[in-house]
Amino acid sequence: MSFKILSKSAIADWLDTLRVSNRVVGPKELHGRFVFGEIQEASELKLDYPTSVLPPKKYMLPQREELFRYQTDGSGMEPADEIPPTVVLGVHTCDLHAMRLLDRVFAQGYWDQHYLDRRARLVLVSVECLTPCMSHSFCKSMGTLSAPDNFDLHLTDLGSDYAIDVGSEKGAEILTGFSGVRDGTEEDYRRINRVMSEKWPRFPLRLDFDVTELPSVLSVSYGSKLWEELGQRCLACGMCTNVCPTCYCFNVEDEVDLSLKTGLRRRTWDSCQLDLFATVAGGHNFRKTRAARQRHRFFRKGKYQLEAYGLLGCVGCGRCAEACLVHITPVDTFNELYRRRVLRPATEVKA
Amino acid sequence: MTTSLKQNLQEPSIYLPTLAKIVEARPLTKLEKYLKIELPQGVSLDHKPGQFVEVSLLGVGEAPISISSSPSRSNGTFELCVRRAGDLTSALHSMGPGDVIGVRGPFGRGFPIERFRGKDMLFAPGGLGLAPLRSLINQVLDERGNFGRVVILYGARHPSELLFTDELAAWAARDDVEVHLTVDRGDEGWKGNVGVITTLFPKIEIYARNTVAVTVGPPVMYRFVLMELLGKGIPDGNIWLSLERRMKCGVGKCGHCQINHLYTCQAGPSFSYAEIKHLEEAL
Repeated sequence: MSFKILSKSAIADWLDTLRVSNRVVGPKELHGRFVFGEIQEASELKLDYPTSVLPPKKYMLPQREELFRYQTDGSGMEPADEIPPTVVLGVHTCDLHAMRLLDRVFAQGYWDQHYLDRRARLVLVSVECLTPCMSHSFCKSMGTLSAPDNFDLHLTDLGSDYAIDVGSEKGAEILTGFSGVRDGTEEDYRRINRVMSEKWPRFPLRLDFDVTELPSVLSVSYGSKLWEELGQRCLACGMCTNVCPTCYCFNVEDEVDLSLKTGLRRRTWDSCQLDLFATVAGGHNFRKTRAARQRHRFFRKGKYQLEAYGLLGCVGCGRCAEACLVHITPVDTFNELYRRRVLRPATEVKA
Repeated sequence: MTTSLKQNLQEPSIYLPTLAKIVEARPLTKLEKYLKIELPQGVSLDHKPGQFVEVSLLGVGEAPISISSSPSRSNGTFELCVRRAGDLTSALHSMGPGDVIGVRGPFGRGFPIERFRGKDMLFAPGGLGLAPLRSLINQVLDERGNFGRVVILYGARHPSELLFTDELAAWAARDDVEVHLTVDRGDEGWKGNVGVITTLFPKIEIYARNTVAVTVGPPVMYRFVLMELLGKGIPDGNIWLSLERRMKCGVGKCGHCQINHLYTCQAGPSFSYAEIKHLEEAL
């Protein structure tokens, strides 16, 4: 096992090095909560943040993204400006798992250049979570409390130092030429293992069943009365999808300047929870009720995305539960569906 | 070898439309307008019946519109039948020959005509459903020898809402095509059948096992037409329909057109009844 050691006292110097040819973003405090934003001063960077309001998804799929600009007479259409290379510091492992799904969504079938160009310009520096970030997260149950293989660098807090796992060439590159890192030793290795063995017991298992059973639970729950119960509480505000690290549905709109000569087309985050999401011209709404829309959301998270992309659509970050004004949470929903599930004894092997 | 519009779906963006010119435009009814579109020189749409394009107007927006012409009659152009229903389609209605629109596509899975060959064809469009079905009907008629009987049952709400009336008359005049029309409400000049489209089914006899039925219409129509088709004994896999959804991006990303786990713009919009009968959200 080879890894590097970065002293916390060297982080400010490292950031200076990174900023020479990159935009550097990471978690920082805002009004008592944490958001991903540009890091100008090392003191702004809060690598031990609990969770961020919005996931770092916004660096691949911004809330508003210009697709192209044009003259309204059609005489010129230009693609959007290129974005700068960006180092994203402090990505949690749940968000890394979410990015794995997003990468598949935008590369499978048609190639989405906008997402994939941004993605290619990101260097992901993730951090190991050592304590639960909030009561709503259930990453351990979802299997996302450990990093998948899509990080460029992965940091583990050892107290006075970070252990750095180098995951890619890009990751190695942003350490090249920086004198503040050293190779890890046997003693460092023991420190990492100590930290890790202390970490796992701190996280509770919050699903009452193993997550691999989730698609089966959903497959017998389409007609559950629970959807109606959630629909009666849901305000259809769309906050759950807004803060979700795996939600990517978007709308496309045109904006024209006052002279009506030039304009731009952009995509904006949309939400399947909003009333008009599945409404076609002419007025027919294919998902009229809040119950049907909540069901669609949870089926995407626990079943549809797995079928389409091979990965679950929920990473257990808990942001939707934290954001929901009427306390609709994935943990309660999945556990309740499991409790009420219709057993099909004929298909289950009995001991 | 002409280049295909699909080749433009690469760099720099799948969302960047190709500019194309309206070369012919005429109203079909009060609400529907026929448009013939010419792509830039040397580019062909290269579509299949049942596919759609994303039509865009810079400064207005973009919407999915089914392709109404058959590949057999493309000649570097293609045709749309556009109902005025929203911002984009209203703007399209104010346009005419020489005006420029943006086009992306063709998208989606069309009807698998190669599997229909050798079969009797029963077409059952309702209202605007004739627009996409016209593409398939004309393709079938242009290779008439590949098919057995051709029966067309077409229903509209009112005689003034019948689309492509010249073509309907030309089809009816052929001795190898059977056409039955109906309207929900007649008017003084209407001598034909009055009633919803299902009232036409008792008038026809078919050899169910060798018949492919293709029906396209508003969501509310499908349940009733399917009952007729299944009642005649047509196998589930030989009943085809085209499902309308909000196919905003056309490329399986934006999420608006999902039916359960399927993206309509990728897996459809053409589906056999066998493929969708187990999907709660399809019909």
